[in-house]
Amino acid sequence: MKHIKIHEEYCIGCRLCEINCLVKHSHTGKIIKAFKEESPRAFPRIRVEEEGCLSFALQCRHCEDAPCVENCMTGAMRRDKENATVLCDEEKCVGCWMCIMSCPCGVIKREKKTRRIASKCDLCGGVDEPVCVAHCPNEALTYE
Amino acid sequence: MARSLLFPEFKIERDKERCIACQVCVRQCANDVHEGSDTEDTVVSQEEKCVGCQRCVNLCPTNALTVQTRKDGFRPNGNWEDRHLRGIYKQAETGGILLTGMGCDRLYPVYWDHLLLNASQVTNPSIDPLREPIELTTYLGKKEEKLDIHWEGDSPVVRTRLAPQLGLEVPVIFSAMSYGSISYNAFRSLAEAAREAGTFCNSGEGGLHPDFYPFGENIIVQVASGRFGVHRDYLRVAAAVEIKIGQGAKPGIGGHLPGEKVSKEISRTRKIPLESDAISPAPHHDIYSIEDLERLVFAIKEAINYEKPVAVKIAAVHNVAAIASGVVRAGADIVTIDGIRGGTGAAPQVIRDNVGIPIELALAQVDERLRLEGIRHHSSLLIAGGIRSSADVIKAIALGADAVYVGTAALVGLGCHLCQKCYTGKCNWGIATQDPVLTKRLNPNIGRRRLVNLLRAWAFEIKEMLGGMGVNAIESLRGNREHLRAVGLSREECSVLGVKAAGEGW
Ligand code: SF4
Ligand code: SF4
Ligand code: SF4
Ligand code: SF4
Ligand code: SF4
Repeated sequence: MKHIKIHEEYCIGCRLCEINCLVKHSHTGKIIKAFKEESPRAFPRIRVEEEGCLSFALQCRHCEDAPCVENCMTGAMRRDKENATVLCDEEKCVGCWMCIMSCPCGVIKREKKTRRIASKCDLCGGVDEPVCVAHCPNEALTYE
Repeated sequence: MARSLLFPEFKIERDKERCIACQVCVRQCANDVHEGSDTEDTVVSQEEKCVGCQRCVNLCPTNALTVQTRKDGFRPNGNWEDRHLRGIYKQAETGGILLTGMGCDRLYPVYWDHLLLNASQVTNPSIDPLREPIELTTYLGKKEEKLDIHWEGDSPVVRTRLAPQLGLEVPVIFSAMSYGSISYNAFRSLAEAAREAGTFCNSGEGGLHPDFYPFGENIIVQVASGRFGVHRDYLRVAAAVEIKIGQGAKPGIGGHLPGEKVSKEISRTRKIPLESDAISPAPHHDIYSIEDLERLVFAIKEAINYEKPVAVKIAAVHNVAAIASGVVRAGADIVTIDGIRGGTGAAPQVIRDNVGIPIELALAQVDERLRLEGIRHHSSLLIAGGIRSSADVIKAIALGADAVYVGTAALVGLGCHLCQKCYTGKCNWGIATQDPVLTKRLNPNIGRRRLVNLLRAWAFEIKEMLGGMGVNAIESLRGNREHLRAVGLSREECSVLGVKAAGEGW
C-alpha cells in the first residue's frame, strides 16, 4: 500500500493541503463555492502543525495495526478490504470518540454539529494522487 | 517622526469575489504586507512594504490577487523619472548609499537583441539534429600550439603534455554565487543540477560547505580578495579554481556580507567568527600588477599540482581587451569576463547601473585582441552577465566565447522573480536568504529538476540553431562572426562587434 510521506524540511506552512482537502470533501468540489457558499463549510482531514520555523502536515497514517479500528465498538472504523485504507462508516458511528482517544497521531477530528466523528483522511477515496499531495507546492508531501 | 515621502511601488488588488480568506498570502509574504483576521473572513494589505516578488500571487489558490507596479502620478517629466525622485526621497531620508540586488536594469542597448543568426539555404545543407549527431561538448583550458606525435608502429602516441581541461556537455556553467549570498538549498540545487547535466557550478567567494565536497568534480571554487574559506582541500577538491578580480555588477568595489547573515554554517564554511561581517576588500591586497597576478595564478597551480585549470575573472571595463591580454599572459587557463548586466546579491545601485560595459562589446574586443596577439588558444573565454536564453548563448559563442556563465537565469529557473531585494535577506522565494523559514521554500529536489530541464531545453534549442546553420559541432561556430549580422546598430557598434550589417553578404 502506498503511503503519504511527510517531508517536514520542505513544508512551508502554506496550508494549501488543508485548503484543498477541504475542497475535495465539499459538496461542489469548487474552491470558491466551498468556502463562500457551502454551509456548513466542509473541513480538512489534514492538519498543519507549526512551531517556530518547523511545520508539517499530518493526516491519518492508515496504520498497519490501527488502534482506532481495534477500539471502535460499532465497527464503524474499519479497514477497507480492497486498498487497506482505514475508513470510517459515518452511518455506523455513534460518536463515542474512542477512536479519537486511541489515535496516536491525533488526526481524527469530531464533526461538531452531529457529534459523530467523520473527519478523517480517506486518501481521497483511492485516487492515484491524493489532493493534498497534488497541491503541495513544494513537494513536502509525496505519495509512495 | 517626519512623514516619509516614499510611496508604495506596487499596487495590490484582491478580488473580493474570489478571495476565500485562506491567508495563504499572509503566510507567504516575509514582508508582512498582508494581514488576516482571526474573527472575520477578511484579508487586507499594506502596500508600502511590498517588493513585487509575486510570491503571494503565485500561491493564492483562487487567483484572487494581482500585484502591479503602481502608477506614480507625478506630472510626466522626460528628465526626472520616478526613479530619480524615489532615490532622492530615500537618500534625503536615510543619508545612505542606495543598495540593490541582481543586475543592472537600465535600458542600455542589449546587443544580443541586435544580432541575428544565419541559416543554410540551397548552397549548404542544414542538418536535422534528430537524425544526425550535433556535438555540444566543450573543453575549457589552454590549447596546445602543436602536438608532438610519435608513432609506435602503427599507433600514434601524443607526447605533448596536455594542459588540464574542463569538459562541459553543454556550454553553460552556473556562475559564482556563494553560499551566504544564496541559501544552502539554492546552492544544493545548482550543484546537483551541474552534476546531472554534465556541467559546473561556481562556489563564489564564500568557501565550500563540507556537504558539497562530494560534488567537487562539478564545482569551480573561487579565490577572491577576502580569501574566505580558502585552504588546501578547498583548492584540491574542485574541478577548477577561479581567481576573482572583479564582478560585472560592481567592478572596482569589494563585497560585504553583513554579520547577521553569518550563521553557524556560514561561519564554518567561510572560516570566520560567527556573526562577524565578511568584508571582501576592493582589490586583492597582494595584486597590483599582472606580474602579481601571475604569482597568484602559479601559486595556485602549484597547490593543485598543475592538474586543474585556473581561471581569472574580471569585470568588463573600458580597457578590458588589454587587461584580458595581460591575464592570459599571467597564465590563466580560462579568462572570465563579466559584463555590466551581471547580477549580485548586493551592490550600490549607482555602481551597478553606471559602471562597466555590456558583455557583447567586451567579448568581441577581447576575442579579437587575443587573436591578433596570437594568444587566443592560451586561454578559453568564459563570459557572464546577461545571458537570458539559448539564443544569447549561441550568439555569444559565435562572437567568440567558449562557454557562458548563467547566474540570474539559473535563479529565475529556481523561482526568482527579479524583485532585486536580494540584499535584504528576505527573499520570499527562498533563494537569497538564510532565514530558516524562507530557505525551506526551495526544495532542492525540485530545484535540481528545474535547472536540469532548463539546460536540456537550451541544449536542444542550440542544436536546432546549429543544425539550421549547417554546423555539426559548437566548436566550429566559435568566433565565426560570419554567422552573425547586426540590425539597428551604428557603423561604430558593428565595427566594435566585428559583425557586418544585416543584408551584407560574405
Ligand atoms: S489524502 Fe485526501 S483526504 Fe487524506 S488528507 Fe490528503 S487530501 Fe485529505
Ligand atoms: S501544502 Fe505542503 S508545504 Fe503547504 S502546508 Fe501543506 S504540506 Fe506544508
Ligand atoms: S491567498 Fe488569495 S484567497 Fe487566500 S486570502 Fe490571500 S488573496 Fe485571499
Ligand atoms: S512582497 Fe511579494 S509576497 Fe509580499 S505582497 Fe508583495 S508580491 Fe506579495
Ligand atoms: S533572488 Fe530572491 S530577492 Fe533576489 S531578486 Fe530573486 S526573488 Fe528577489
